[in-house]
Amino acid sequence: MNEHDEKQMKKLLRQALPPVKSEAEPGRDLWPDVLRRLDASTTTRSLPGWGWLNSYWFDGALLAGLVTLVAIFPAAIPVFLYYL
Amino acid sequence: MKNGASDVLNQFQQGDVDAFEALFRRHQRAVYGWILRITRDPAAAEELTVEAFWRIHQARARFDPARGFEGWARRIATRVTLDWLRAIRTRRTKYELSLEDCAEAVAPAQGDPAVTAEIRLKTALAFGRLPLKLRIAATLAVIEEQPHKVVAAALGISVAAVKVRVFRALRLLRKDLEEQGITP
Repeated sequence: MNEHDEKQMKKLLRQALPPVKSEAEPGRDLWPDVLRRLDASTTTRSLPGWGWLNSYWFDGALLAGLVTLVAIFPAAIPVFLYYL
Repeated sequence: MKNGASDVLNQFQQGDVDAFEALFRRHQRAVYGWILRITRDPAAAEELTVEAFWRIHQARARFDPARGFEGWARRIATRVTLDWLRAIRTRRTKYELSLEDCAEAVAPAQGDPAVTAEIRLKTALAFGRLPLKLRIAATLAVIEEQPHKVVAAALGISVAAVKVRVFRALRLLRKDLEEQGITP
């Protein structure tokens, strides 16, 4: 595709899909929606008793995996101690 | 005045809701307009503007006041819009319908009389079939005539990458139209 073709394609594209008016504005005040969204996320985050789960689930999962491994293969304990 | 603006940015970064509202009031139109340029769907653009400002609020700790709010907000808005477009691309979307409406709504007097309504419609639909990354770059750089530098910053890529994406978009579009027997 040469430069002329490129120009033609751009022209055709602009004719098919004219640009959106730059002065477009939302049809309503969106601030109340933003506030509602912020409130919803704050409420979800501050649910009592579940915060620790969000923060430490990965640590917990690792620890549970380690404990399970050690319970199944007690002989692995010296190996873990060696690498500590 | 500049100190006032910088205070608002610092307060926003510290989580002050009044400062956030001040920034929202100042930039919502620009953010909405940017999203609308990509989606061409006013209702979706409103929803995505709310989502973008929520993400802006969530990411405030990473905001660097020295680099300015507008470009940062535009980048987040672009990301939100891309996520939305990715989520809806599997079905015949409102976005495609709005492309179609848009092509049909163009009065013949606005363009080349040789370019018929059918060609415009086929062009719009072929454009809607382009890969998302190419389509967004071409929408912003070609249709909306935004500077390459602004598009690059919003997409988080280099200016050269924007040029490459636009070129590839136009080439694929041309190929698609040629396959339909249309020679631009």
